[in-house]
Amino acid sequence: MPGKLKAKIVAGRHLPVMDRASDLTDAFVEVKFGNTTFKTDVCPKSLNPQWNSEWFKFEVDDEDLQDEPLQITVLDHDTYSANDAIGKVYIDIDPLLYSEAASVISGWFPIYDTIHGIRGEINVIVKVELFNDLNRFRQSSCGVKFFCTTCIPQCYRATLVHGFVEELVVNEDPEYQWIDRIRTPRASNEARQRLISLMSGELQRKIGLKVLEMGGNAVVGYLQCFDLEGESGLVVRAIGTACTLDKLSSGSAPNTNTHMHPNTAPASNACNSPSKDGKEPVFVEDLPSSSGPPTPFRALPTSSSSPPPFSPSKPCSRQSSSSDTDLSLTPKTGMGSGGSAGKEAGPLRTLLRQQTQTALEQREFPFFTLTSFPPGFLLHVGGVVSARSVKLLDRIHNPDEPETRDAWWEEIRQEIKSHARALGCHAVVGYSESTSICEEVCILSASGTAAILNPRYMREGCLDIGCTDHRFEDPSPPSCGFCHIPYDELNMPFPAQLTYCYHCRRQKVPDVLFTTIDLPSEAAVAGKGCLIQARLCRLKKKAQGETNATAISNLLPFMEYELHTQLMNKLKLRSMNALFGLHIQISVGENMLLGLASATGVYLTALPAPGGIQIAGKTPGDLSNEHISSIQKRINDTIAVNKELYQINPPELAEEGVGSPIPEPRHRSRLFRSHSESSDELSELDLSHGKKDAFVLEIDDTDAVEDIHSLLIDAPPPTGFYSCNTENMPGISNWTSGVQMFTSVRVLRLSNANLTNQGLNKIFTDLCENLLKSFYFKLRSMIPCCLCHLNFTVAVPEEELIQVTVTAVAMTYDKEQTQEKTAEKPVNKGSLEAEEQLQFPLELCADSSSSNIQTASKISGVAESTNISPRAASVDYGSFADRCSTWLELLRLKAHTIRRGSVKTSRRTQSLAHSVSSLERCSPLQEGRSRSLRSSRSFGGSSVTVVKMTPLSFLPGIRIIKYLGIINMFFIRETTSLREEGGVSGFLHSFIAEVFAMVRAHVAALGGNAVVSYSMKECVFMENPNKNQAQCLINVSGDAVICISETDQESSASTANTGQTGGGGTDGAT
Amino acid sequence: MSVELDVFVGNTTIMDEEVYQLWLDGYTVNDAVKVRMEGGVMDECEASKDVLLSDTMDQYRTFQMCERLLHSPAKLANQLLFQIPPHRQIMLIERYYAFDDTFVREVLGKKLSKGTKKDLDDISAKTGVTLKSCRRQFDNFKRVFKVVEELKGPLVENIRQHFLLSDKLARDYAAIVFFANNRFETGKRKLQYLSFQDFAFCAGQLISNWTVGAVGEYNMVEDMDVDLDKEFLQELKELKILITDKDLLDQHKSLVCTALRGKTKVFPEMETSFKNLSRGLINIAAKLTNTKDVRDFFIDLVEKFIEPCRSDRWTAADMKLYLTHYTNSAHILDTFKHQVVWDRYMGVVKSCIFKMYHD
Repeated sequence: MPGKLKAKIVAGRHLPVMDRASDLTDAFVEVKFGNTTFKTDVCPKSLNPQWNSEWFKFEVDDEDLQDEPLQITVLDHDTYSANDAIGKVYIDIDPLLYSEAASVISGWFPIYDTIHGIRGEINVIVKVELFNDLNRFRQSSCGVKFFCTTCIPQCYRATLVHGFVEELVVNEDPEYQWIDRIRTPRASNEARQRLISLMSGELQRKIGLKVLEMGGNAVVGYLQCFDLEGESGLVVRAIGTACTLDKLSSGSAPNTNTHMHPNTAPASNACNSPSKDGKEPVFVEDLPSSSGPPTPFRALPTSSSSPPPFSPSKPCSRQSSSSDTDLSLTPKTGMGSGGSAGKEAGPLRTLLRQQTQTALEQREFPFFTLTSFPPGFLLHVGGVVSARSVKLLDRIHNPDEPETRDAWWEEIRQEIKSHARALGCHAVVGYSESTSICEEVCILSASGTAAILNPRYMREGCLDIGCTDHRFEDPSPPSCGFCHIPYDELNMPFPAQLTYCYHCRRQKVPDVLFTTIDLPSEAAVAGKGCLIQARLCRLKKKAQGETNATAISNLLPFMEYELHTQLMNKLKLRSMNALFGLHIQISVGENMLLGLASATGVYLTALPAPGGIQIAGKTPGDLSNEHISSIQKRINDTIAVNKELYQINPPELAEEGVGSPIPEPRHRSRLFRSHSESSDELSELDLSHGKKDAFVLEIDDTDAVEDIHSLLIDAPPPTGFYSCNTENMPGISNWTSGVQMFTSVRVLRLSNANLTNQGLNKIFTDLCENLLKSFYFKLRSMIPCCLCHLNFTVAVPEEELIQVTVTAVAMTYDKEQTQEKTAEKPVNKGSLEAEEQLQFPLELCADSSSSNIQTASKISGVAESTNISPRAASVDYGSFADRCSTWLELLRLKAHTIRRGSVKTSRRTQSLAHSVSSLERCSPLQEGRSRSLRSSRSFGGSSVTVVKMTPLSFLPGIRIIKYLGIINMFFIRETTSLREEGGVSGFLHSFIAEVFAMVRAHVAALGGNAVVSYSMKECVFMENPNKNQAQCLINVSGDAVICISETDQESSASTANTGQTGGGGTDGAT
Repeated sequence: MSVELDVFVGNTTIMDEEVYQLWLDGYTVNDAVKVRMEGGVMDECEASKDVLLSDTMDQYRTFQMCERLLHSPAKLANQLLFQIPPHRQIMLIERYYAFDDTFVREVLGKKLSKGTKKDLDDISAKTGVTLKSCRRQFDNFKRVFKVVEELKGPLVENIRQHFLLSDKLARDYAAIVFFANNRFETGKRKLQYLSFQDFAFCAGQLISNWTVGAVGEYNMVEDMDVDLDKEFLQELKELKILITDKDLLDQHKSLVCTALRGKTKVFPEMETSFKNLSRGLINIAAKLTNTKDVRDFFIDLVEKFIEPCRSDRWTAADMKLYLTHYTNSAHILDTFKHQVVWDRYMGVVKSCIFKMYHD
């Protein structure tokens, strides 16, 4: 009997009129948990009933506590006929099950009915008393914390990252059971909502068990998805990254703020997390809570003095025998590291890498759902790895043994793993999985970024000393290290142009880098980033079963190839050389496939400048030369415009500005490179881009012309707007307090039956572009502003329908400060410029006044210099011309692809510059924040808590002081009076608003005031206008948090260092 | 190819004040798009007509969903469906309850019934206010009327608290309720020159001086600010002595004339019409016990007092001078005992006439 659940029904308000005669309602409430039900008294003739019930007590297993939701039904009492249901509230009590989170759920919840929507509100108080259960064979996993956030949550420190956890549960879909024929739509919807709630609970509990088994205490980057397989069932699956997290004590909390105040930051912070100023607050959380100069040697005792609660990385239960994997892998990578002098720093590092390898290879899947990492975690990035597989669904016969689905995913993951290995990487980061289902065909997709990680993090208790560790074993500067190729130069997995890193000149980097992760905070970029999308439609014949699946899998490689080409072209058109947050979705419909690739393009200064795009006719006389040259001109103009727009001034440009102490603001690029290596590249300024590295597009038929036109269609965002699909916007960090999260859905009906691929592409592209234009227009009052985390989801709900769902957040930033920063930076740069490159770590450390780091870096610097040919290496540009054909061949060979890429960042000098400049910036920032504080106070006056929502892991100017648990809600809404509710748009508009309202209410009831890492996982819309009916399913998730304004926190910190958590808690709860 | 569905929902509800006004004014979506295009909003963000249409539709839908809440504005503050910052809530309410003076002038004093509602299309045609907007305004009047009808306590305060309106707007609504309740005649041709604001001022005077609530001792009575004080109306009959008693009438006239002599160009006219004017005003007072005559209060003021003065070309200053002395002189009459009632009556009549005496 490990738990007692108590619930009290206080009151209702705004209830609907249920009795037409009296215009009133006789309401009472049923409270149900498991199989136990309690009822309140009837509160006669009131639309605002006061029940003030006794405490209803449920004595239950904690297993049930995790699986079951508390179900509250509000009914209208009717003496003569059956009682009418007004609506229900499901309360997930999981957040009450771990001690650090919420202690009580109390507040107003919207009463929701699947047919009528929200009908009034009810005030409920829920508490849980947990008894300790020492049973080792327990089935529950109470106490494991879940986070949707794909980075280490603020106010926590990761002492150990255990790795990948996954689970799936299957069931029959109630909608497809025989009983559905005789029950009401309401009953059917409620059965479905309840089942999914139960399955999510069960799934979470099972994942929790795996985490406990691995010795962790939390799941970060928890991603749960539903597959509505129709007749064949319902699958709920989840993946995540198991971690051991330590809560930072409130006393050390100010430390988390160091990125805002570099003057108080420990030296290591100044070096390693270049103060992106709130953009990446996450990383800073991993700093040691004790300030003072951290040393590699001092830090170790720190970790051992607080021994990790669990033994290091126990293998996960599902692990296959690892010995053969080890055997097959270790030699290969060993060879790789030996063979490529360009990337290995020295024997020490090789050794460490092998250690990592073993640590990682012990795991069946060395995958991480995280997209951003503590500094030093990520050593090298290989590129995107992805795998897709087309499956035919069949009925799930035994829900308790979901082997088929498990096997499918296992297969895909193995493939991903082998791709990563081919890239010379031992891990996959930014990993995610998705499905697209149409009738009985299902496309399973998985993608991630192959990477090499710092082995320290795989072992116990070292994450907090990452910075010093990192220095010790990896000589690559953090600003470019991750761009250095991890694979063997002589044995490259795909054709790529390698050059020496433009930053450190010591190691090889590819010409372009694609990744699924966020831009590392320490990366050096030039100018701003921007959203880049590739969109594609492919018609396919209608078919059944096997034939259909074959047709689809034959189309897939071509789609991948075309999407990739589009991305590459668009990237070059914007004069950028790296993609972050790449997400490729392929959606299947009855007669077409839709592909949408979104990513954030950026110019990494460690990578070579992208070449232009050159247009060529198939044969000289093929098309009029005039035509070709006009297209060429347009392309060159576009590139020039984009360079200006995104303020991309590659290092060669900055070089000119170096002499003058305060260059013009548009020379703002963060790339302050001192040396003169690339004077030959100055010719790039004329935008002819030379012939040496231009990307050649051949115009051999009208299709190709169309393709080029479509390339140029993408309109740049209007002045004052930027957009990206990642957590942080490259080039913008000075956020002000304006935040507007939104969801937009658009469905297009294709009326013309004889559409061509080209026509479809155009329609699809216009759809996406028009959506973006709408956003810009609607949010114009927020200018200057950036649309962050633009997440597009496409679907083909029926034949001839295309649905695009977008969730994103618009955030305001301070334009002035950007300029201020730019003006400052070159000054810092100037002082550093004179220094010899090989010496820079030393100088840097002197600057940051950490003698220990100094030694460490000196060692590494020496080690490296022995190993590497000096930076004199000439930059070798080759032609990209043949890449396309090679790619096509590669793709023909394999249905699944390995995508590549690599990135570069500015190096450490730069991060220093960052931290210095952010110091100077901090006073204006505070002004911005006090504004937000004031506004939140005025909100406090109203009776409803203002709940902010964002798909990002942070809120600008606001510090998260407590995570209250995950929000994971599933709703169905149905109507049989579609016209009366304002048609499909009216119906969906109110449903989405209702979902937001319910999420906010639940967060407020937990005592929270914000949702971070919010996402709408599913938005399935079905309509039947002829019958005046529509149905929609929505699944949302996020992390409920309490946060306080930075300025608030500072004042409380100055008065009393302790107890501020408590103070903040009440602050947020009111 | 057509857009089947198109929605945009923000966590904080996005509302454009310009579109809100167009919606309130009863523009259709297409008309609103035209107006916005002409307003040049397209240049702001490189928007196209489609973008504008989509945005307008979204906002119209939002407003329609909010409308239910605006019917009881207190709900807007504690509803959960829309997250709207408080200052926006205030704007939404204030604008929703705002009305066109030309429209309200048409229905002022009419019974807020279904019958009147049927005439709204005529009023719409006459005033140029769209029918949709007329309906909203009319329903607002009716709603406020219905709610305050059942409430105790001061009218303006009730309206302000219940509908969260600004003081100015609450006073205007109080006037509308007061007029509708007492069914004052305002539609006659002779009254056409008066604006709503003239009447609203007069209503304010009547409410604060002549109603049950004005006396102060009954603090929490139903309809205290809506119904005229019956006792007071009864007492007004006593004022008749000023015209029935020949001595008093003469005495009053001579006092007023002495005071006025030489101070105005129209003195001769004042002297000759004194008795007529005095009879006019006092007869109005004496008849106020009849509901029918209460309704004609304003038309009577115009016919019995304002028109004669106007035809004698009195200026507003003349009027002020005359009424001041007319009122004050009565105090000097020894045999006139009804000073309190006299002041209460003349105070209101005086300020009403001042307000109404214009072209």
